[in-house]
Amino acid sequence: MLLFIEQCLNGLQVGLLLFLLAAGLTLVFGIMDLVNLAHGSLYMLGAYFAASFAALTDSFVLGALLGLGAMFLVGAGLEVTTLRRLYGRDHLDHVLGTFGLILFFNELVRMVWGPGSLSLPLPSWLNRSIEILPGVPYSAYRFSIIVVALVVALLLYLLVMRTRIGMLIRAGASNREMVGALGVNIQLLYTLVFGLGAVLAGLAGIMQAPILTAHIGMGENILILAFVVIIIGGIGSIRGALVASIFVGLADTVGRAYLPDLLRLFLSPAAASTAGPALSSMLIYVLMAIVLVLRPEGLFPAARR
Amino acid sequence: MNAHLIARNVFVAALVAFLLALPLYTGLSGNNFLLTLFTRIVILAMAATSLNLIMGFGGMVSFGHAAYLGIGGYVVGILAYEGVYSGFLQWPLAIVISALFALVIGVLSLRTRGVYFIMITLAFAQMIYYVGVSLNRYGADDGLTIQHRSQFAGLLDLSNRIVFYYLCLALLLGTIYLVWRLINSRFGMVIQGARSNDRRMRSIGFPTFRYRLACFVIAGAMCGLAGVLLANFNSFISPAMMHWTRSGDLIVMAVLGGMGSVFGPAIGAVALLVLEETLPLAIGRLGYPLVGDVALRAAEYWQIVLGPLLLAVVLFARGGIYGLLPRGRRD
Repeated sequence: MLLFIEQCLNGLQVGLLLFLLAAGLTLVFGIMDLVNLAHGSLYMLGAYFAASFAALTDSFVLGALLGLGAMFLVGAGLEVTTLRRLYGRDHLDHVLGTFGLILFFNELVRMVWGPGSLSLPLPSWLNRSIEILPGVPYSAYRFSIIVVALVVALLLYLLVMRTRIGMLIRAGASNREMVGALGVNIQLLYTLVFGLGAVLAGLAGIMQAPILTAHIGMGENILILAFVVIIIGGIGSIRGALVASIFVGLADTVGRAYLPDLLRLFLSPAAASTAGPALSSMLIYVLMAIVLVLRPEGLFPAARR
Repeated sequence: MNAHLIARNVFVAALVAFLLALPLYTGLSGNNFLLTLFTRIVILAMAATSLNLIMGFGGMVSFGHAAYLGIGGYVVGILAYEGVYSGFLQWPLAIVISALFALVIGVLSLRTRGVYFIMITLAFAQMIYYVGVSLNRYGADDGLTIQHRSQFAGLLDLSNRIVFYYLCLALLLGTIYLVWRLINSRFGMVIQGARSNDRRMRSIGFPTFRYRLACFVIAGAMCGLAGVLLANFNSFISPAMMHWTRSGDLIVMAVLGGMGSVFGPAIGAVALLVLEETLPLAIGRLGYPLVGDVALRAAEYWQIVLGPLLLAVVLFARGGIYGLLPRGRRD
């Protein structure tokens, strides 16, 4: 039971981390109609920036904050110099162009930081375990990830649903020409949204770095997961992204923990130990395929244009 | 035919002539590296050509096409591991199984459109990838070495480099010819019509789903054959054959070369893989006199040049390399 609670919390933590990535991806996708494969590179850059700044300033929090600031600049810079030119193009062009960006960023990181991985040490107040429920110890750091991600999700919700900027973002998603015609500087709005997406991706990378270290290629695998999330949730829907990312995080983590045992009930041990890990890795893709077969536009399709 | 059109044809003819004559040069100079490189290029060109049939002409952007490379390869590898070396058995079986997989994936995926289609094909490819990872008997993550290449009872000796190269080249040219015949047939017209306006095609009475599905299955079977060749070429299979980045590579080849032409993906495959081999050298050689040691360091990080190069192709050369060649006037 104790283990089950811990696995569920781990699943929630993985899911919320995915949400941070997926939120930026789905915003960019929903509003600019841009398939950005390089979103995973932003996640990686966030981790590297934070690790370097933390080493410079000798403070985890300061390093993370400086890292986030740097990510906003990188995101906005990337939008202004390159990605802006891809708006309105075919999705295939986006895939190819941002695939090129992945190669570029991976090599850039290799040049600047070297091929090895970079660790981001935790301060002592996070590097311990706390009792979240009487008798249930849990890693303080993983718990803080859950808290931070939930707070960010709430802030994002308030930003998108309750502020003027958020209103423009939503309006831009449903009809960009009309928003532009009403005198809104749509280019600036796009740059801001992209910067915001980069900050969210960077935040996810920063929070993941102490657990798995910052390394080259860290963005690629999680990028696929983030795409799975926004497809299940429905492109452009932040609510869908939240639901789907928690769903995917839980299914993946809990599935990995319990599926092999479950299979052992009705398969031979040898067959179960072979099929178990494969099936649990496949689980989220199976989920996505089922969702798409039943609802070809995801669970929460954004309003049609 | 007018003079402009011939410029493109001359380029393609020169490429084919080069590929045909290559073993003569490598045989004389003993440069086996070049022959090995181009065997790999020809095999991947075949995979990219099959992808282009559904992507370029059918508008079905599959981000999981490398799965069929893996399926074809695994059929050969598994049969060889179990002691069946006959190519007469291995090859048709690999093609049929690839086609069956494509049929199932196609039936489910073709319900979706656009980005959802890109992602659902990716999902299926990932599932197959993890099946490969879990096959403990056949090497799981580490892959499986194939002891003997497929045997054709004295008809063909695949262990001979030159024979194998010419077989791959013949199959590539055959694939391109088949795609060309397909897209110019009534079937191909329906496929291309469904790409530009599916609803209109359906309302004039074509059951486009069936046509698109057939096209998807044909492309899967072709790519399965490329997988058979790749497994024989490497004498090795592993899940890495169907990693999603490999699917990405295939898309890059097709777009880089030009999707509008049957020869485009082959041109793209040659360009991409030759660039991968020569870019590090070129940066070092050309840059050294100008900036000294920095160039040698930069040569190590050649992907930093390749990445923006791909981006530049997207931004400035939309028809790919083939599209850059002078275009024929419409009569």
